[in-house]
Amino acid sequence: MKKTGAQIFIDCLIKEGVDTIFGFPGGAVLPIYDALYGVTAFKHILVRHEQGAVHMADGYARATGRPGIVLVTSGPGATNTVTGIATAYMDSIPLVVFTGQVPTALIGNDAFQEADIIGITRPCTKHNYLVKDVKDLARIIKEAFYIATTGRPGPVLVDMPKDVLNAHAEFKYPEKVELKNYQPTYKGHPGQIKKAVDLILKSKRPVIYTGGGVVLSNASDELKIFAEKLSIPVTNTLMGLGGFPGTHPLFLGMLGMHGTYAANMAVTSTDCLIAIGARFDDRVTGKVDEFAPYAKIIHVDIDPTSISKNVRVDIPIVGDVKLVLKDMIKVVDEAKKALGTDFKYVPRALAEWHGQVNKWAETHKLSYKLNGKTIKPQYVIERIYNLTKGKAIITTEVGQNQMWAAQFYKFDRPRTFLSSGGLGTMGFGFPAAIGAQLAFPDKVVIDIAGDGSIQMNIQELATAVQYKLPVKVAILNNRFLGMVRQWQEFFYEKRYSYTCMDVAPDFVKVAEAYGAVGLRAATVDEVDWVIKKALAVKNKPVFMDFQVDPAEDVYPMVPAGQPLNKMLLV
Amino acid sequence: MRHTISILVDNEFGVLSKVAGLFSGRGFNIESLCVAETLDPQVSRMTIVTTGDDQVVEQITKQLNKLINVIKVSDLTAEEHIERELAMIKVNVDVKDRAEILSIIDIFRGKVVDVSPTTYTIEMTGDNEKVNAIIKLLRPFGIKEIVRTGKIAMARSPKSGK
Ligand SMILES: Cc1ncc(C[n+]2csc(CCOP(=O)(O)OP(=O)(O)O)c2C)c(N)n1
Repeated sequence: MKKTGAQIFIDCLIKEGVDTIFGFPGGAVLPIYDALYGVTAFKHILVRHEQGAVHMADGYARATGRPGIVLVTSGPGATNTVTGIATAYMDSIPLVVFTGQVPTALIGNDAFQEADIIGITRPCTKHNYLVKDVKDLARIIKEAFYIATTGRPGPVLVDMPKDVLNAHAEFKYPEKVELKNYQPTYKGHPGQIKKAVDLILKSKRPVIYTGGGVVLSNASDELKIFAEKLSIPVTNTLMGLGGFPGTHPLFLGMLGMHGTYAANMAVTSTDCLIAIGARFDDRVTGKVDEFAPYAKIIHVDIDPTSISKNVRVDIPIVGDVKLVLKDMIKVVDEAKKALGTDFKYVPRALAEWHGQVNKWAETHKLSYKLNGKTIKPQYVIERIYNLTKGKAIITTEVGQNQMWAAQFYKFDRPRTFLSSGGLGTMGFGFPAAIGAQLAFPDKVVIDIAGDGSIQMNIQELATAVQYKLPVKVAILNNRFLGMVRQWQEFFYEKRYSYTCMDVAPDFVKVAEAYGAVGLRAATVDEVDWVIKKALAVKNKPVFMDFQVDPAEDVYPMVPAGQPLNKMLLV
Repeated sequence: MRHTISILVDNEFGVLSKVAGLFSGRGFNIESLCVAETLDPQVSRMTIVTTGDDQVVEQITKQLNKLINVIKVSDLTAEEHIERELAMIKVNVDVKDRAEILSIIDIFRGKVVDVSPTTYTIEMTGDNEKVNAIIKLLRPFGIKEIVRTGKIAMARSPKSGK
């Protein structure tokens, strides 16, 4: 029996086992919305802005590891997704974004609500497709899911003209994908792995530096085993947080611009840097020529273009992080056998190094000064950490709120810290929290927000209310675009040009106007009360307005372009 | 250093813009670019001449390989290869210069493919240097227009690249 393109679209999603899609209707996708009427095989979440839809799908994907699915109309619907897609692309998050398009005959005519979304998203998608014939639709959708979720994951966009959605074709979902040009390397080269382990066993001051790749490839357990076996200290990038337990004795904290003193000093002094699923971002390396100056560098990554892109690497290993770590563990075990009782001296030889690292950690702990009068934003995060027993899924906006969340919440599990690392998108955290909450209805999901960022996708409150989602938003309300203000304080002679945002809505009233709960803490002793009260709310979103000290800065800080050991400390 | 990169791609809508966009988006240089179908009509070959140090060219090759529509990338600079370019040169001819121009064309094994009372249009094939050389010699007579195809290249080895 022949089916319409719209029906084929829905059947494909069912075949892929999709349980939730995030969408917003319009003319070009009306055939799909009509076919969706009464469909119960998956949920359609009606958002309030297409950017919100993409961030929700992204939050869903980060929290679950499954691809996030978006459906929007042509023209403005499609262009509204661009920031969300770029956000996912920079952080290698698997999404499949479906856009409606004007009928094929009108493409190129400046038709009503036409936008060349294929052209627009070419540089921020892993791949994109314009479907020109309904006969290709099922194959393309199959390929889109495959490409989005394999290799280095990323967003894939499928643009579907309206006439294709109305046309008929026989529906057969392909069993498997045939893409002769696309074959990611999963297994690491055994010779390189052997070389890497040899180097590690000879090193005196090794450090493991891991990024989002560990989380993406679900390699946390292997990472822990590997680090513990050789007793190597571990530091994470922002994207890597949760990939190694934040409370582990080997954990140094985050590295980079707002990294810990211990992590940045360790990376600067190491003789063997083991980079795993990380890409040497400039926020991580600081001045690149002086990054890890004494180290031989081993780099494990599934994407060959990440290797030797901005830092020269001594032992590159292309492959899936999980598989490579498994192989490395095997090689270590063999070495252990070969060395017999001598092996225990290998980790023990690091005693001096551990002593040094611990001294760094002791001398400059992450800290802030309580003054009893104003609420310190770091204190709010510590209290959230304690009152949620470290078990919440935390999303963040961008700015100081993001850095404090990364520093003061300890993430023991992967996929519990969801933050826009690569693009740094304000407005990400709240919709991402909604996506994560939909995936995990019983978990506590909290967006750590700034008063600036939350206003960038605040309309999604209505979505959270509509679907009775108990998402919590902790607004660290400093009445400033705090991180930019901090840069102006440090580097622009305190000329606070356009960063004061003291004209802001009453967030408690905003929440209430949407049918959510609004709470406010103006003094230190109200903080716990507000958090506890918020945690008790079960079927609607909560805004917590914490009126924090506007003068607080994020420390340590490596000024942009400086080497990592040149930190400004509190 | 200058590199000649030969790329097999799916002969499909939008692929050229994906390749060209990759170069512009990442700040890589394109000196010339040629595209046409291969023996297999579903596959096209692009020949791109680019410049950059080894690290840049390594990135270009890896990034190209990452595009889903790219089948094969080879940097021909590293191996023995033949390269050719076609140029059409429209040059002014004065009666007194005719003989000299014709002899230049002859030396370079070019061809006059169109004649007007005041101009010759010359077809010239060769590697870059040869084309540049004839242009240099003809310039004093007054060149009205030049059209160059950009370089195409093929590895010398007996294996077929399709
Ligand atoms: C969409 C977007 N626009 C601009 C920026 C630049 N930016 C980075 S941090 C920041 C300030 C954020 O202010 P707020 O949300 O109040 O957080 P705070 O730093 O005060 O915690 C700005 C404007 C950005 N990251 N994203």
